[in-house]
Amino acid sequence: MKVLGLILAGGKSDALGKLVFKRASAALPVFGKYRAIDFTLSNMVNSGIYKVGVLTQYNPRSLMDHLGSGKEWDLDRKHGGLYILQPYLGMTGEYWYRGTADALFQNTTMLRRGDEDYVLIGSGDHIYKVLYNDMFSYHFAKGADVTLMVKELDETYDVKDYGVVVTEADGRIKEIHEKVQNPPSRKAFLGVYFINKYLLLDLLYDTVPAGKYDLLLDVIIPNLDKLRVYAYEFNGYWRNIKKGINEYYKTNMEVVNNRKIREELFLKHGKVYTKLKDYPPAKYTGTARVSNSMIADGCIISGAVRNSVIFRGVVVRAGARVENSIIMQDSVIEEGAVVRNAIIDKNCVVRAEQVLVGDFEPVVLEKWMVI
Amino acid sequence: MKNVIGLILAGGQGTRLGVLTEKIPKPAVQFGGKYRIIDFTLSNCVNSGIYRIGVLTQYRPHLLNKHIGIGKPWDLDRKGGGVTILQPYSTLTESVWYKGTADAVYQNIEFIEEYDPEYIVVLSGDHIYSMDYSEFVYYHISKGALATIACMEVPLSEAHRFGIMITDIDNKIIDFQEKPREPKSNLASLGIYVFTWEFIKQVLIDDAKDEKSDHDFGKNVIPKILSTEKVYAYPFEGYWQDVGTIQSYWETNLELVRPIPPFNLHDPNWRIYTRSEEMQPAYVSESGEVRNSIISEGCEIYGYVENSVISQGVLIGEGSVIKNSVIMTKVEIGSNVIIEDSIIAENTIIKDGCKIGVGKFAESKYDKKVYNSDITVIGMDSILEENCSLGKNVVVGNDRIVPKATQIESGGFFM
Repeated sequence: MKVLGLILAGGKSDALGKLVFKRASAALPVFGKYRAIDFTLSNMVNSGIYKVGVLTQYNPRSLMDHLGSGKEWDLDRKHGGLYILQPYLGMTGEYWYRGTADALFQNTTMLRRGDEDYVLIGSGDHIYKVLYNDMFSYHFAKGADVTLMVKELDETYDVKDYGVVVTEADGRIKEIHEKVQNPPSRKAFLGVYFINKYLLLDLLYDTVPAGKYDLLLDVIIPNLDKLRVYAYEFNGYWRNIKKGINEYYKTNMEVVNNRKIREELFLKHGKVYTKLKDYPPAKYTGTARVSNSMIADGCIISGAVRNSVIFRGVVVRAGARVENSIIMQDSVIEEGAVVRNAIIDKNCVVRAEQVLVGDFEPVVLEKWMVI
Repeated sequence: MKNVIGLILAGGQGTRLGVLTEKIPKPAVQFGGKYRIIDFTLSNCVNSGIYRIGVLTQYRPHLLNKHIGIGKPWDLDRKGGGVTILQPYSTLTESVWYKGTADAVYQNIEFIEEYDPEYIVVLSGDHIYSMDYSEFVYYHISKGALATIACMEVPLSEAHRFGIMITDIDNKIIDFQEKPREPKSNLASLGIYVFTWEFIKQVLIDDAKDEKSDHDFGKNVIPKILSTEKVYAYPFEGYWQDVGTIQSYWETNLELVRPIPPFNLHDPNWRIYTRSEEMQPAYVSESGEVRNSIISEGCEIYGYVENSVISQGVLIGEGSVIKNSVIMTKVEIGSNVIIEDSIIAENTIIKDGCKIGVGKFAESKYDKKVYNSDITVIGMDSILEENCSLGKNVVVGNDRIVPKATQIESGGFFM
């Protein structure tokens, strides 16, 4: 069985504010050295999927730069490999991707060509580790037409922000409710679809030309009675960082604070691959005080760092204090500066003795800022 | 540098590194937290624009071969060139090992000829330094030399360890002393050469026929051509270290953690590339503390680390204290372990309550030539069960299991 992987990475997210002024949310840096898309991409490669299309649209530069030829994911291949699928100008008109179904519809050539029988569709914004192979087996065992990945959300999630499914006893989905006030279940749809390629083509041709552009709302939900749509339950750690700055911040902090989550994300079900930067190992000088923090390669730490995520190449000078913060690549925190509850984007400089403190929401410093 | 081929001699065992080079050759020994020693020379080549490289291996080459692979991390997976591993081979009439450095190059004349180079740079795979070989080659060309030897001024008291060059005012070499008792100069050869290919090819062919020769560049070839040909010294002024002994290996590693280290790994214009395993950023816990140290990715630090180099994926348990030590990749250290003045090789497991490097120096009962300092060395893939106690200058072999509560006094061994 051959599977084509498709990653939806084109959406705009207003909730992420300054963090996505200049990048797609799938390219958002997480956990000291990764970008969000690394997780879904690595999951696919670790599951033996070696042909992956990434659908981009909003601010794709940093995402494209990150993915390159797909070398780091072993996707620089003769057969298959990595395909970047961007909206394009054609003879018949020019359209942006008007929705997820439309994005797939505009790339039906990619679907029709190639010898894959199945398509796995995922999202570039989700943080989780899984081998999809279990889901494939489930799909066949149930004789399903479509299998959706779902997760029973605990109280740390606000379930009305997610689409939830109602299933029969055997796992077949009866209803799907997209972001409703009083959701009838806590079983959220995780944005992962597994479907026969030719069935998907049929469904797309049935809906998109009629002006319906959303894969879930216009393609799956109206066909719930006709198609055997099944819910595959995923029980591991899962977060969608696209939900907002707070969710992004919380996710990073959870990984710092919880060894179990770290082990699940980084050591289970294969590795997480990302673009390598060839930084030397991090150096801690005699004045460094580091506790409960993640520190990536290339850092030089001389100050105090607590409960924080420090990305590659960051310099924290003597006397500086960094607490409960996320400092992205190549930023510099100078002598005596104080940074608390903050997200500092790439290549920023916090000058000596400056104070940057966030309250309920972390304060965000845009790329290349100097304060 | 299209007309230049780099040849890296990486076949040596490095006997004075003891157990560290029992299973792997010296160029494959880890260094500086995430590198292997050959990475420095390989990166120098790439950073100097030399993309045609042969690596000559002989002694236990497997790990080295795996490390280099097709050269992807160095951007050496290329069309027309890249990196080629040159191992000794057999022919119809004979099968021989490389008898010396010159013989190793001689046996690969065919490989070199295929590229039709004008110059070859002969390098050693076991030095720590950054050097722009393109400047070195241009110097060679501008002097109209047939051979150029990179040299460095060393303290006169150290000169007896090196090949010493005596030069005229133009840097032309007029005399040579191999490891002299009474050195006539302090200009030491670094074992790094540029040769004009057509010239050295003939010299190597002649040398191969000479049955009295040891077929070594430093010992035979250079002295032979000095008297008759234009051989120049290239004065190198940067940082250069041959990490040939346990003491110098340990010291050179720990130099990296100084506030201003003599060798800068962080130079963005001269990156050192390596094949490193994909690992998550290091984590230092609430109970952990790190001073004056290098910590690589994939580490989880719950104990105290001071003045040490910690490689990728090392786990240090709660209550453990690591001082003045080099800990290599994927070493697991349990809780309440004390490690001082030690080198712990790859994949070794140190269980709870062990004490390593305690007490006072005593002469080695195993091998005084190799183990002659405070440093305790533990080989790769070994296990120290709970509550072992090892003194200073102790050596534990590779793939050993040291049983619970074993006491080894200073100078002792477990092989």
